[in-house]
Amino acid sequence: MLKSWVLISIALFSAGTVVAEEEGGIALQPAGADIRNTESLQRGARNFMNYCSGCHSLKYLRYNRLAADLGIPTSELAGSLLFTSDKPFDTINSAMPKDSEGWFGKQPPDLSLIARARSVDYLYSYMKGFYVDKTRPWGVNNLYLPSAAMPDVLAGLHGLQKPVFKNEPDDRGSARMVLVGVDAMTPGALKPEEYDQFVRDIANFLDYAGEPVKEKRQSMGVFVTLFLLVFFVFVYLLKKEYWKDVH
Amino acid sequence: MAAAPESADSSKGGGLIGWIDQRFPLTKMWKEQVAEYYAPKNFNFWYYFGSLALLILVNQLVTGIFLTMNYKPSSAEAFSSVEYIMRDVDWGWLIRYMHSTGASAFFIVIYLHMFRALLYGSHRKPRELIWIFGCLIFLLLMAEGFMGYVLPWGNMSYWGAQVIVSLFGSLPYIGGALVEWIRGDYYIADATLNRFFALHVAALPLALIFLVIAHLMALHEVGSNNPDGIEIHDHKDAKGHPLDGIPFHPYYTVKDMVGVAGFLLLFCGVIFFAPTFGGLFLESPNFEPANALQTPPHIAPVWYFTPFYAMLRAVPSFAGTQVWGVLVMGASIVVLFFVPWLDHSPVRSIRYRGPIYKVMLAIFVLSFIALGICGLKPPSGIYPTLAKVATVLYFAFFLLMPWYTKLDSVKPVPERVTGHA
Repeated sequence: MLKSWVLISIALFSAGTVVAEEEGGIALQPAGADIRNTESLQRGARNFMNYCSGCHSLKYLRYNRLAADLGIPTSELAGSLLFTSDKPFDTINSAMPKDSEGWFGKQPPDLSLIARARSVDYLYSYMKGFYVDKTRPWGVNNLYLPSAAMPDVLAGLHGLQKPVFKNEPDDRGSARMVLVGVDAMTPGALKPEEYDQFVRDIANFLDYAGEPVKEKRQSMGVFVTLFLLVFFVFVYLLKKEYWKDVH
Repeated sequence: MAAAPESADSSKGGGLIGWIDQRFPLTKMWKEQVAEYYAPKNFNFWYYFGSLALLILVNQLVTGIFLTMNYKPSSAEAFSSVEYIMRDVDWGWLIRYMHSTGASAFFIVIYLHMFRALLYGSHRKPRELIWIFGCLIFLLLMAEGFMGYVLPWGNMSYWGAQVIVSLFGSLPYIGGALVEWIRGDYYIADATLNRFFALHVAALPLALIFLVIAHLMALHEVGSNNPDGIEIHDHKDAKGHPLDGIPFHPYYTVKDMVGVAGFLLLFCGVIFFAPTFGGLFLESPNFEPANALQTPPHIAPVWYFTPFYAMLRAVPSFAGTQVWGVLVMGASIVVLFFVPWLDHSPVRSIRYRGPIYKVMLAIFVLSFIALGICGLKPPSGIYPTLAKVATVLYFAFFLLMPWYTKLDSVKPVPERVTGHA
């Protein structure tokens, strides 16, 4: 009977991998973020409040929840994260007025659930994917989100990047330039590794913001599993005891 | 009688239970349905899924009630209220994940439960009504799952509803008006969400509970089948109990608890470590609110509908209408109801059937899985062809059944059940 359970679970989990392989285009860069790394989350929260929150809200995340989960004393909240007139129990709103749609061609999206809608790797890659493109309104485009409406607000940190093209014949054999990556053009304020860590922290923080309970859920799951294993042994022995006299 | 009411029926005992028993058949029902319901002693692994389906039904009802306390069925507030449950309601995340994982678990368990019937001929005479009630439960469950998926009002909820509801529009003459009637508006809107909520939390669960009761009553009337597909009631002891039967309680209550423990290990594994299950149980685009102006990159229904969705797409349009795909999809469910009369084999269980049925059943399972994968994928590459082939095989299993089950060789069926697990 155990064997059958194992077989079914294998069938279930292999079905889970079906989705992962699809989608063409440029492969995402693994973020290597760890939601259990509180310091990384704290840095990510700081980076987000300094560089992102002007335009992007986190309308489902409350300041005091963030402070409690990330080990930030409430007294520190006002000085280091709470820049607006918001109260600690408020959710994180951006400074964008309602009619700001015309500024960028679209309202900067709320990022509460962006890590769940896209992925942590996507966010990490996206923040590393800006390249100079004179045809775009803000002079930049993004490798991972073609025709992105967002300006490269982190350009000062990572410097400008140029697109890398490769010659690739299309179906009918005529030559065609294909965008395959980006390359550094001018240096920024941060070294490449420092910038990677900078955006990794933001991506990690947004992963937290997408599901604040995620870390607790996983650690709780370990105890639930251990309990159920013990429970399984007990009910199995109980069953054997009752079934002794069935022949 | 009026002079001595206490002595009305002394055989029913005293105490509180006795008091109740004189007024309500409590002990009688307990004995008939549980403690003295004799089930075959040779149930194997496949017989866990009935009780597990009942467990999940209870899980869905209880978690559903708690979700309803905080969910707001309006297009303006639905998405936010789900996030409110996930973040601000005490244990709301757990209740929500139990419910969303429960939906997928329900279909896994039901599919395995139905497969068990095909393995051991549980639908054969005299159990045709059990099977028909079961098919109705499956049909209602699909409606329940579909409407439940719309409620979070994510972008996949919205566009999934758009695609599925518009299927009815391909019906001739009544199509357009029917779709409008279902939606209650000219597009998927607040009115649609409201009525789906009403159906999801009141009408369909009520109908499901009634059908489950009917399913169990019919089962307990004729008795359970078993892996040997033979009647245990043909051989009884002096007291009239089947020789190969054992009381459901305590034997199967303790045994089903082992199944419950094994199930909960997997179920909680998903809830605590992979609640989205790689985008299969909760799809990524559903973490963006419904947006009538922006379709998700690739619209696919939740995994448990994909086999049927693949059949829908596999059928080409003909004579200027897409209705054939819708009809084929409908027929793929309707054909299930006729299985008890399509199966002409002289034996019930696969153990005593010949190679043809085994091969056909294997082909059926493979084609069903292939259809499920095709429905998840965009219709390009090998998938459209694979879906067409699998659709033909799916129907071949049912429509050729009257012939191949008669042609098939059979092994001698034992008088008494063989062993127990």
